[in-house]
Order: sequence, then structure tokens, then C-alpha cells
Amino acid sequence: MTSRTNIFRNLDWWTILLYTTLVLLGWISIYAAIYDEEHSSILDMSQSYGKQLMWIGTSVLLAVIILVTEAKFFSTFSWLIYLLMLGLLIGVLLFGKEIAGSKSWFQFGGFSLQPAEFAKFATSLALAKYLSGLNRNLKKPKSLIRAMLILAIPAGLIFLQNDTGSAIVYTAFIFVLYREGMTGSILIIGLTTILLFMLALLVDKLVVIVGLALLATLFILVIRKTAGNIAMIVGLFVITAGFVYSVDHVFQHVLEPHQRTRINVLLGKESDIRGAGYNVHQSLIAIGSGGFSGKGFLEGTQTKFNFVPEQSTDFIFCTVGEEWGFFGSSLVVILFLVLLSRLIYLAERQRSKFSRVYGYGVASVIFFHFAVNIAMTLGLFPVIGIPLPFFSYGGSSLWGFTILLFIFLKLDANRMNVL
Amino acid sequence: MQNKKAFESRKVVITGIFILVGIIFLARLFFVQVIDDSYVLSAANNVLRYEVQYPARGLVYDREGELLVFNEAAYDLMVVPNQVKEIDTTLFCQLVDITVAEFEEKMAKAKKYSRHKASIFEEQIPKEQYGFIEEKLFRYPGFYVQSRTLRKYPKPYAAHTLGYIGEVSPGELQKDPYYRQGDYIGKSGIEKAYEKVLRGKKGLKVSMVDVFNRIKGSYQDGKYDTVAVSGNDLHLTLDAELQEYGERLMHNKRGSIVAIEPSTGEILALVTSPAYDPNLLVGRVRSENYTRLYNDTLVPLFNRALLAMYPPGSTFKLLNALIGMQEGVLFENTEYPCAGESARPIRCSHNHKSPLALVESIEQSCNPYYWNVFRSIIDNPKYASTREAFNKWRDYLESFNLGKTFSTDLLVERGGNIPRPEYYDKYFGKNVWRAMTIRSLSIGQGELLITPLQLANMTAIIANRGFYYDPHILRAVDYDGELTPVKFTKHETMVESRHFDPVIEGMRHVYAGEHGTARWYGHDSIQMCGKTGTVQNPHGENHSVFIAFAPADDPKIAISVVVENGGYGSAFGAPIATLMMEKFILGDFDKPWFEKKMLDTDLIVGN
Repeated sequence: MTSRTNIFRNLDWWTILLYTTLVLLGWISIYAAIYDEEHSSILDMSQSYGKQLMWIGTSVLLAVIILVTEAKFFSTFSWLIYLLMLGLLIGVLLFGKEIAGSKSWFQFGGFSLQPAEFAKFATSLALAKYLSGLNRNLKKPKSLIRAMLILAIPAGLIFLQNDTGSAIVYTAFIFVLYREGMTGSILIIGLTTILLFMLALLVDKLVVIVGLALLATLFILVIRKTAGNIAMIVGLFVITAGFVYSVDHVFQHVLEPHQRTRINVLLGKESDIRGAGYNVHQSLIAIGSGGFSGKGFLEGTQTKFNFVPEQSTDFIFCTVGEEWGFFGSSLVVILFLVLLSRLIYLAERQRSKFSRVYGYGVASVIFFHFAVNIAMTLGLFPVIGIPLPFFSYGGSSLWGFTILLFIFLKLDANRMNVL
Repeated sequence: MQNKKAFESRKVVITGIFILVGIIFLARLFFVQVIDDSYVLSAANNVLRYEVQYPARGLVYDREGELLVFNEAAYDLMVVPNQVKEIDTTLFCQLVDITVAEFEEKMAKAKKYSRHKASIFEEQIPKEQYGFIEEKLFRYPGFYVQSRTLRKYPKPYAAHTLGYIGEVSPGELQKDPYYRQGDYIGKSGIEKAYEKVLRGKKGLKVSMVDVFNRIKGSYQDGKYDTVAVSGNDLHLTLDAELQEYGERLMHNKRGSIVAIEPSTGEILALVTSPAYDPNLLVGRVRSENYTRLYNDTLVPLFNRALLAMYPPGSTFKLLNALIGMQEGVLFENTEYPCAGESARPIRCSHNHKSPLALVESIEQSCNPYYWNVFRSIIDNPKYASTREAFNKWRDYLESFNLGKTFSTDLLVERGGNIPRPEYYDKYFGKNVWRAMTIRSLSIGQGELLITPLQLANMTAIIANRGFYYDPHILRAVDYDGELTPVKFTKHETMVESRHFDPVIEGMRHVYAGEHGTARWYGHDSIQMCGKTGTVQNPHGENHSVFIAFAPADDPKIAISVVVENGGYGSAFGAPIATLMMEKFILGDFDKPWFEKKMLDTDLIVGN
């Protein structure tokens, strides 16, 4: 009994408050997104918002179960949980049900579960377990490659399910590896690559290359003119210019036509509003029409008249933008930023490396979902169907994020007991 | 513990990236929601209206460029149920000229289709009423007017060939994603056969509307608009004047006229009677008129030219003559005796000299002659059995496209019937039937069935001396001012060209011969060739059939005429066919003595 009261006293109630706020805002937004006078009760179980309430209830139950579980359990069984989850990912490939082109669902009666949503916390646990072992040094290729393998296996299996969105979530762990000692250049290269990629597609590749050449000349003028420095900058220029060229090649010859169209629409090169660009276009109209203070609760027309597809799942942020305006949508962005900062703060105060790595895993995964989802609804990134954490409608997603977060809260509450 | 200290500063970089992304989002939100006006439609709770821009449907011309079908504007009143606010229903009903009960019914129907998508509230409002409604419509949010085009026909002819358009059915909606609820689609005739050429491409116009549903201008300067592309115009093979004359000649008669240009297979006239005015099946009155026509005991919707099947009667003797010559059992100078009324097994209805040769047999349509020709074909010692010879005879007929359809652009067609050996096996017993048993085939009676279109095509084959092009109705499509002709297939028959000469000579004698069965109708300046047929009708007066082509040496027109209950082929078929050929070849011509009689005779009242 004493240990349990301890747990609840040591819990980080700020995070729980943020979690509760986001989940409830999400629920209200789902209600608003599909509100219809004939089913006006928010408790109507035939509608998504009624079902979401059930998912919220069961999530609370899951959270309580995790909090009363011995903290040691998670570090002890990390590998077992990871292997079980890999088993499920293989199982869904064999026996899963195909929904909207992705074979990533198990069907139980009227409900379906998506193992990919649970693989995130299992992978975080496994990565934490591996990195907290003895003699791990991410500056060395051996440790780095093994760590990346832990990430690549579930990502690969999810990719095979044709759920590209959920698979690329695993690139988020680059932040964890960076924090644990991986050379910073990989992070820089990664971010530069994304930036160059977008530039290569948006702007004529010649312009980009000329820009890079100017930048290189500027650097050479500014830095100390040793042979090594100049050689490095010239080398970097050649590599980046080559990359810009190859992006063009990959885009034209490797990508599938529908992927190409999605990217083109995003970049404003095609404006096929009934086709691939339709979602983003409608999403922007919905958000943009919200103005500063929004149209008011249940007053949104764009989302409710079904102009925005998938408005209760991947495009839920539109409802917030339309009905609560700049005021509401920036509040949601700020809530996420506060949550993420809080998670990093919590991760840094851990005494055990295992807990810290896991904490960074949680923060990175939530950040990635947040960044990609909102960038997509704002037309800043290609349409990749991944949910907004705690907000989007869907049992698997809410359960997955709840488990992910509450294991960390449990580890955090237990931090004083770790030597 | 060591590591922790070593890299702790990196939390700043990571937090920095997180916050940077957050700031980009806040900036973008600020831009989209507060700065950029084009998205801000919220102040008055605005919505975008997506209006389909209907393209003008392609026009239809005859072979001379005379307009047969054009478009006229009409206006549909549309409703989006979710946008309908509290309105004064009584005033609204007065405006649209409906009762409150009708209003409720229409609203319920629209809601059932969709609450947030537009559907048609009131169809095809006439121009005058439209102006009146448009002025007041801003008081009724949720309603707007969408223009569309209706088909109009300058002359009330060729209704069956032109066909009509109507709203897409659920089945058609499912088959082609191009269509939306309420769109129009070709339902029959060339409207259906060339739907994809005629329909063009729909456009989309996105405009902003305010709370009063008034259009405030185009959205983002029309960046998302697409322009409607008009359909392509069709040029038909029909000759409008000939078609009109044919329909007038057939007025108050049941039957059909099919005229073909032999050298191309182009259908010059396709007359079925009784017909109807194509303007009846347009617009709001369409369904009411359709029901009326559908229930009419004279079945005006039935296209006799393509669907009615008759025994060909004596016109069929020409084919037996051709087959006999090709098979080597009949020659131009072959003579058979005729005992007139007392001839057996088939008696002759004409009194003429005996014996007589091929050309005379056609001129005077001698029945016993063709019984002998038919017997020599079926009993040809070249073949091991009656069955084998009969099958060969069938093959010849199939090469004239009898017993099957042409399947070109006429869509609705019947193939007629040439009985198969199995039929006689079943009827008489396997292989026990002989030429004698099936002798009525020799004079085109019995189980033979053939449509007026096939009859005309058969005539065209004779005029061509052995070949034909699939008969068709489309001559060319107008692609942006360039007339692109349409190609159809050429077919050869199994009869060699040289055998046609004596048959054509016989047909010339039908007009020009001393005893010719159409000798009263011949024309001085045009050499005409024809053949009468009198089709036995167990239900009443015989059907009058006539086939003909002209001029004999360079055929421009081949024609078949069927006048139900018209009696002898020479009574109605021959004079009507003659008038049609004169009209086509001479244009305006001196009306012969029998024209008035043909125009005025009413064969329907008497029955």
C-alpha cells in the first residue's frame, strides 16, 4: 500500500493534465467534425464520438494498470515485449484484414486493432534496453548499426503492410540516437537532406545548384583558407549538387505515379482539386476560413459538409482550425510544445539511462506524429496518413499513445528507487 | 552516468528543433487564418459553391448540312438542404409555382439524396419564369439556379433515329464515373450510340457565395475552375428532305421505308410509321408523353424499319435466282413451264405465257418457275443429302447478312430468321424433309423472316452486283471544324458479279416490261429496277412489299418499302418506292398522278 500511494504522489501530474486536456479536446473535435442533428448526443454509441468515449475509458483503465505494475517489469521484459510485437507484425501480414490498401489490421468482431500503433512503445523499450547496456557507444559503428537494426525491423515489417506513414515514424528515433551520442552530423545531414529534397522539387534544380555554389564560395571567403577546409567545402558542394540531381531522377523515374502526384500537388505544381490535391485544398479552406477566433463550436461548415475527407482521423486538426480559429489551433500547437518540453525535462531528470532513452523515444514519436500530421493539414508536407496523437479518432492509436506515455510516467514516478 | 553529462547539452538542440517546428506552424496558421483573405469566408459563414458547367451537347446535321438537332437553354432550380434556413414557404411556392405539399415532397426527396450536396429541386424551368425567379432567389438561401440545355428539333421527323436523352439511371451511374445524379445521357438512337462524342466534357466553377447565397465572385481568381468542352457535332447519312417526304408518304399507314446509298452503305432515309414528333420527348413533358406513346395501340415507339420482321415474299425470288446461277443449276435461258392457277405444287397468280425464261420470270413474278429453281438447288446431285444442299443455300443467304444483325450504329436491330435444318428435323422428323416439304421457301414465304433494313441492304447488294457496306447512320464527326469521315466494313457475297446481270435485267423489266408488275410507275428519264412482293398475312389484308434501285447503270439509291395491309406489292410498295427514288435523284420533280393518292390514303382507320 505504501508503495502505491508513493507512486501516485510521485506521478508527474502536469503531464497527466496535458494528456487529459488533449484527449478531451480531441473527443470534442471528433464530435464537431461529424456532428449531425439526427445523432446529436455526444454519447451516441453508433457514432465515432460515442465509440471514442469508450476508447478513452479503456485507455484510462490501461493507464491505471500500467501505473500499478512494478516498474522493473518494463525493463526486465523489454526484449520479450519487442519480440512479441514483431510476432504480431508478422501475424498481421499473414492473417490481417486489408483496409484502404493497407494490410495492417486484426479484426475482432466489430473492432479492429492495428499492431503498428503498439510497436512504437515496444521498440522504444527495446532501444532503451539496448542502449542502457554496458559498453554501448553510438560513436562506434557496431553499436550504431545494432541500434538502427532494432528500429529497422519493425519499420520494415510495417512498410510491408503497405502502411508507409507508420513506417517512416521510426525515423523519429534519430533524435534519441543523437541524444545518446550519435554524431551530430547524421542529424544535420538528415535535416539538410529533407530541406534539399523539398527545395529540389519546389525550385528548378539549376537554381538550387547555383545557390549552393554561391553558398560554398561565401564559406570559402569567410573561413580560414587551408587546403583541407577548401577541399571539404568543395566536396560538400559536389555531394549536395549530386543529391539535388538524383532527387530529380528518383522523382521522375522511381516514385509511383500516385506518390508523384501527391508531392506535385503539395508543391503547387498540379492543382487537381478533385484528385490528390483535394484533401489538402479542402483542409486549407477549412482551417483558413476559421479566421482569428473561429466559427464557433459545431458551426463549422467545411468539415461538417464532408468537404474534408477523413476529418475525424488524419484531418482532425481542420475542425479545430475552422471552429476555434487561430486562437484554438495555436493553443493546440502550444499544448503539444509544452507537453514535448515537459517530456524532455522529465527524460533528463531520470537517473537510469533506460528511463531516459525511453523518455526521449516517447517525446520523439509524439513529436514526429505532431509535426507530420499538422504539416500535412497545413499543406507543408505530402499527405501521409498518420494520426495526431491523442486527438484523432481511433482506438489503436489512442491506446498505443496512452501505453507509450504512461510507461514513461511510471518509470518517472519510480525514478527515486533507481540507484 | 558519464554519458549523461557528456551529451546533456544536446537536449537544447532537440528542444530547439521541436520549438522551431512549432513556431513554423504558428506562423503558417497565422498566415492562413489571419493574413490570407482568400481563405477567410467565415465572417458571414460562407461556403464555396461548386457549380458544374454543362457543356453544349454536339449538334446533329443531315448529309447536306441541314440542322436536325440543336440545343435550347433551360434552367434547373437546385437545392442544398443543409443551407436552407427558415424561409417563407408560401411565398416561395408562389414564386416557383408549386403547392406546399409538392414543396414538402421535393424537399424530402432532396434530403434523402444528400443533406449537403446539391440536387435538382425543380427541373427545366422555362426562360420566362427563370428571369422572375432569379431576381428573388437571394431571399432563399440554399437554392440556386443552374442552366442546362435541352434538345430541340426544327422538324418533327426521324424521331427514332435521332433518339432522345434523359436523366442517368442508377445503373448507368455505376458504370461510368463521369456522370452525377441528374446528368443527362443518350437513351436511344444516335444520342445513345454516339453519347461519348456528343456529350463533351463537363467543367467545374468554384465561386464564393455569401450568407444570402449570392455569388460574390470566383474563388481564387478561378484557379481551381475547369472549362466545359462542347461536344462534337455529328453529320448523319440521312437526307432530311427524303426522310421528310418518306414520313409524309407513310402517314396514316403502318410500315417502313429504308433507303441506302449502295456504294457506301449510308442510310439515306429510315422511315417507320406511325412515328412521333421528337419534340414530344423533351423537357418536363417527356415522361408524360412517353407514357402516352408507350400505351398507344399503334405502338409509335416501335421502330418497324429495324425491328419488324416479315416474310420477304416474292422479292426473295431474286436471291433464289442468284443462288441457282452460282450453283450452276440455273442459266439465263433456263425455261420452265407454268400452268397458272392449276400449277402444282405451287400455283401462279399471274396469267402469262409458258414456258418462260429467267428475265421474264422476274418481270412477271412466276411462282412455279421458282419452285423449280429451288428444287434444283436443294436436290442438286452435287450434294450428298438434302441437308447438305440446304445448308449451302443457308450459307449464301448469310453472306447477304440475312438471319443476323449488322451491329453498326443502329443499336436496336433484329436479325430476322432463316430456318435451320434442326428446325425441320424437329417439325417433320430427322432428315425426312425434302425440297417439297419446305417449298414455300422458294417464293419467300414459310418460316423466313427479314427486316426492312435487311431487305434494303439486299437490294443494295444487287445494285452493287455482289458487295455491300454495313448500313449505318453516321457519316462524319466534326472535330473542331474538321469533318472526319467514319469508316465501315465492306463485305463480299458468295455470288459472283456476272450472275447479277440477268437478275437486274429482270428487275428493269418489272418497270419497263410489257407485263412488268410495276409497269404503271416507270419514269421516262430514270431507268428503275424493282421487284414486287405480296406477303401473305394470316391476320388480315396482305402486306405490300417493294424493293428497287435506280438508276440501273449507276445506282444512287436502293430502297425497300413495306406497307402493312397494303395488299399487292404493286398497290402501295411500288408507287411509294418510285416517288422516293424520283425525289432523291431529281430533287423537285413533276409529281406523277399517283403521288396524291399515296399521300392521302389512310390504311389505319379502315382496320
